[in-house]
Amino acid sequence: MGEITTNHYLILASVLFFIGTLGVLGRRGALTVLMSVELMLNAVNLILVAGSRQHGNLDGQMIAFFVIAIAAVEAAVGLAILMAIFRSKESINLDELSALNE
Amino acid sequence: MLAIPEIGWSDLTPLLPFLILCVGGLVLVLIDALIRGRAGFPWAPVTALLPAAALVAYAARWGDAVGETVFGTMFIEDSFGSTVGVLICIATLLAVFLSGSYLDKVGRTRGEYYALIAFSASGLVLFASTTELLSLFLGLELLSIPVYVLSGYLRKNPLSLEAGMKYFLLGAFSSAVFLFGGALIYVTTGTTDLVEGLRLGAGSPLAQLGFLILLSGLLFKAATVPFHMWTPDVYQGAPTAVTAFMATAVKAAAFGALARVVAAGSPLWDNIPLTQVLWWVAVLTMTVGNLAALTQTNVKRMLAYSSIAHAGYLLIGLVVFSQTGDHDALSGMLYYLLAYTVMNIGAFGVVIYWANHEREHLEIPQYAGLGWRTPALGLAMSVFMISLAGIPPTAGFFGKYYIFRSAIEHGFHSLIIIAVLNSALSVYYYLRVMVALYMRKPVATLELGRSTVVGAVVAVCAVATFWIGFAPDAFSFVPGVPSIVEWVQGAAIAAR
Repeated sequence: MGEITTNHYLILASVLFFIGTLGVLGRRGALTVLMSVELMLNAVNLILVAGSRQHGNLDGQMIAFFVIAIAAVEAAVGLAILMAIFRSKESINLDELSALNE
Repeated sequence: MLAIPEIGWSDLTPLLPFLILCVGGLVLVLIDALIRGRAGFPWAPVTALLPAAALVAYAARWGDAVGETVFGTMFIEDSFGSTVGVLICIATLLAVFLSGSYLDKVGRTRGEYYALIAFSASGLVLFASTTELLSLFLGLELLSIPVYVLSGYLRKNPLSLEAGMKYFLLGAFSSAVFLFGGALIYVTTGTTDLVEGLRLGAGSPLAQLGFLILLSGLLFKAATVPFHMWTPDVYQGAPTAVTAFMATAVKAAAFGALARVVAAGSPLWDNIPLTQVLWWVAVLTMTVGNLAALTQTNVKRMLAYSSIAHAGYLLIGLVVFSQTGDHDALSGMLYYLLAYTVMNIGAFGVVIYWANHEREHLEIPQYAGLGWRTPALGLAMSVFMISLAGIPPTAGFFGKYYIFRSAIEHGFHSLIIIAVLNSALSVYYYLRVMVALYMRKPVATLELGRSTVVGAVVAVCAVATFWIGFAPDAFSFVPGVPSIVEWVQGAAIAAR
């Protein structure tokens, strides 16, 4: 029981990923959804880094760096769209974004 | 880890189309900064040089491209990738010309729009040319992030913003899902190359699960049921020229990547019910798309559901391929993608042509009588609708014919019966547009716009719709130029 193996990391990452998924599907605030997506990406990073350690190669760690950079890009773009929406609607509740569902 | 290989300039030549689009996008950003928003710069023609140059690069290396790889296996140059790349470049080229006129009409001509299109196109090329997890992810993000921005490009328009937001949130979600699947394969096998990883991990449940999760991330980009919910909203809200780009170029790349991943998963085919999964996805996709399209009155929304339905037909190629490994199924898919590209860009082109400076006319009842008012455009729209419905002798019919034929040869009879019934159903809503064009009295006089460039694009697409369907061999007397059928057949074999 004492040793922490790759499986433990996998379980932790899966739980984090699942929490993120629930956040994306269940929450209505656009910011919360954005944070949930970040949580999912970081869960993936955890798997990649754990796998990298287990297999003794650096491929996983390398991908993790790319994921971090791309997550930042996504956040920048997402927040920009969010700002534009807030300016026109004074709200970022996703339920109020329903003009396209008529 | 591999030793770092010596890389010379000549090793980069397989990357040329990608580099042209990517570096070209950077140059466009620079130009935009230098001219500081002064009006009058010919953005569309200059941007069009990039996909045109990429097409030349593909043509120059045609035939030499036999499974060459760059940077390990980060980028594969083979005839399958080149064919999808050519489709992407054609779609981008046509969409850029549509964009020029569209942005003039909505009064939002800005340099960054074109830079984003170029970046997205480079991502599409990368996405369809690799089986390496990292490159796939980079390609996916490089194609998606510019398209999120482009969807919300008209930031004074609430519909466009809403489309951008929805596409962004669901797109980011699907990228994370895709990556999660890839990470599971990596953690099981220790390699980031999917071909190698899935060979090593064929017996491991974790890798099998990872493969299915990764696949579902890709199915999202291809807009298939049950991952299609974003499509109608985004296609309707996004600027029409962007919708045309998404519906054609992005779809081509998504199916290219799907085919590569399904092929890479061939060691797993016996272990997981992949064919059954894809079978159900294909059936649901075409049925849901067609049923929902029946009641639409907005032409962009109708074309969005129609694009879902067409994704279902395209998936038939993958269903057959995942059972039998028969390359004819993939070549049918490529042929259909080409047909779908020209007819869809054409249809969106007509919509853009009719838009005036105040508004677009997107409700189908508004098209009443337009077939008589603008005979050439009405005729072109009819050609595209007939082709989308799959009526001979157009590209849409022969595309379906090649896909269905390979499925019948391998005994997928029930699938083809469902697909043919679906095609028959779809005739209703495509013909409704033609009924409006020719048989309804106009309710009010619309102020129609016009545009020579869009007219030319529509004409090219209309001619191509007939040419691809009617005479795929028309140019085969030119030495070295294969007929379209031979071309896609040659391409598909390299996919594995």
